Amino acid sequence: MFQFINTILIGLTSGAIYALMAMAIVLVWRSTRVINFAQAGLALASAYIGYQVVQSISNYWVALVIAMFAGAGLSALIEIAFMRVLLKHTSSGPIANVAPIIATLGLLGIIKATIAMIWGGQDVVVKPPLSNTGFSIGTHTLVFSPMKLAIVISVALLVLAFSVIFQKTNIGLALRASAFAPEIARLAGIKVDLVRTLGWALSGAAGAVAGLLLTSNGNGSFSPESIEFSLLLISGFIAAVIGGLESLVGAVIGGVVLGLVSSFVLMYISGSLFFIAPFVVLLLVLFIRPQGIIGVKAGRRA
Amino acid sequence: MSLIVNGLTVDHGAIRAINGVSFTVERGKLAAVIGANGAGKSTLLRALSGLNAVTSGSAEWSNHNLLHGKPEAHVRSGVSHVSEGKSVVAELTVEENLDLGSLWRRNKKEAAESKKQVIELFPRLGERLTQRADTLSGGERQMLAIGRALMSKPQLLLLDEPSLGLAPLVIEQIFQTIRGIVDSMGLTVLLVEQNAMGALKIADTAVVLNLGSVAATGSAADLIADPAVRAAYLGY
Repeated sequence: MFQFINTILIGLTSGAIYALMAMAIVLVWRSTRVINFAQAGLALASAYIGYQVVQSISNYWVALVIAMFAGAGLSALIEIAFMRVLLKHTSSGPIANVAPIIATLGLLGIIKATIAMIWGGQDVVVKPPLSNTGFSIGTHTLVFSPMKLAIVISVALLVLAFSVIFQKTNIGLALRASAFAPEIARLAGIKVDLVRTLGWALSGAAGAVAGLLLTSNGNGSFSPESIEFSLLLISGFIAAVIGGLESLVGAVIGGVVLGLVSSFVLMYISGSLFFIAPFVVLLLVLFIRPQGIIGVKAGRRA
Repeated sequence: MSLIVNGLTVDHGAIRAINGVSFTVERGKLAAVIGANGAGKSTLLRALSGLNAVTSGSAEWSNHNLLHGKPEAHVRSGVSHVSEGKSVVAELTVEENLDLGSLWRRNKKEAAESKKQVIELFPRLGERLTQRADTLSGGERQMLAIGRALMSKPQLLLLDEPSLGLAPLVIEQIFQTIRGIVDSMGLTVLLVEQNAMGALKIADTAVVLNLGSVAATGSAADLIADPAVRAAYLGY
């Protein structure tokens, strides 16, 4: 029973981080129809910016907010300076669908190299602001710690903020219309190019928070070559696909499902299967329900 | 103030979709563009609203160059386009679809006034404001598409086949509504239609397109009476 609760709480924490990454991937996919591999680089760069802020003002939470805005800015910049030009020049022909995706892989390399130039290749540490020692219930000590609780709460707040933006504001209406039917949005007077950049900015913000929280879910150390960030990208992508790739709610559900499954595999089956579990989940979903958990059946859009 | 199209030519790759099309529509008039499938009717509208690039020619609406700038800029100059196939966002509610048309407008009081007008014009939409657009019937979706365009407070309305896929009774209703919009709001309408007879009955003037070129122009009444037009497009 005790192990069961532990398993759920650990899965929920990592699932929350996957959910943010999945949201970041879905936001870019919905606005530009590109799977952005550079997302891992953006999350890493944002974590480094957070590190820099913590170095100078030593307040983790302020650093998290600044890293979020920096991630938004960087992502918007990539869309304007890079993707817009690229998509214009590869809008037709057999490479049209592939070229932008391969290009984001190249971007990932460029971002990592730039980070290594600025901050060096060795590990840096952002000390988690809260204790990583688990809460105690009676004589038992949980794996779930104040830091993990803070991670779950931070993600929940950000998801709440995003859903308010999307469902209750004019900007959200423009974002949804441009994602579902760009031509109609354009004919209604929406500046779809601008809205697209905004979609990338929101994606960058979600990815940045995911990046810094990821480091705090561990011991706080990371480097440009940290395997955790590559795994974050893969997990986020799988979570996004599980959720149907079109839906932010789906991304959150996909992230939590993936986190829980991985956690149960780790605790109950075998640690060596931990890395394989996400792919098994992905394959199962693609075989049984290819449109994702809450995805719509193909047909409306190509 | 009128719509003046002169020598408009549009190519889709190697294929010439529209070839030197010229015509004029006076302000406050309803002009129909009729012709068979593939005559270039939709291409003409898409060129005028900035969706399709143009090879040569000119098109002006009250000194505003329609061949320059994006669709979102045209909307701000009073030109709204309802594209083919019930141009609504299926995933949004009826009210969100309407609001979409006025998001760009700074004066929110006027936008609210427009919404009241549209709901008066289409009471059925008023009863379904919170429903998703894909739960509407075909006729209601077409009303919503036109309503959304009216939310942008247009002076020139470009309508692409509003009768497509609708039942005869509903078509009649939509056509009467379009005529009503022209008469009561003073809008200028360019109506592209495959349903030639229905369109000519409500139109003031008409342009007949054949394989991308103008086959005939004139008053709608004259064209209905023209034996050649009757034989080719009206089927009797």
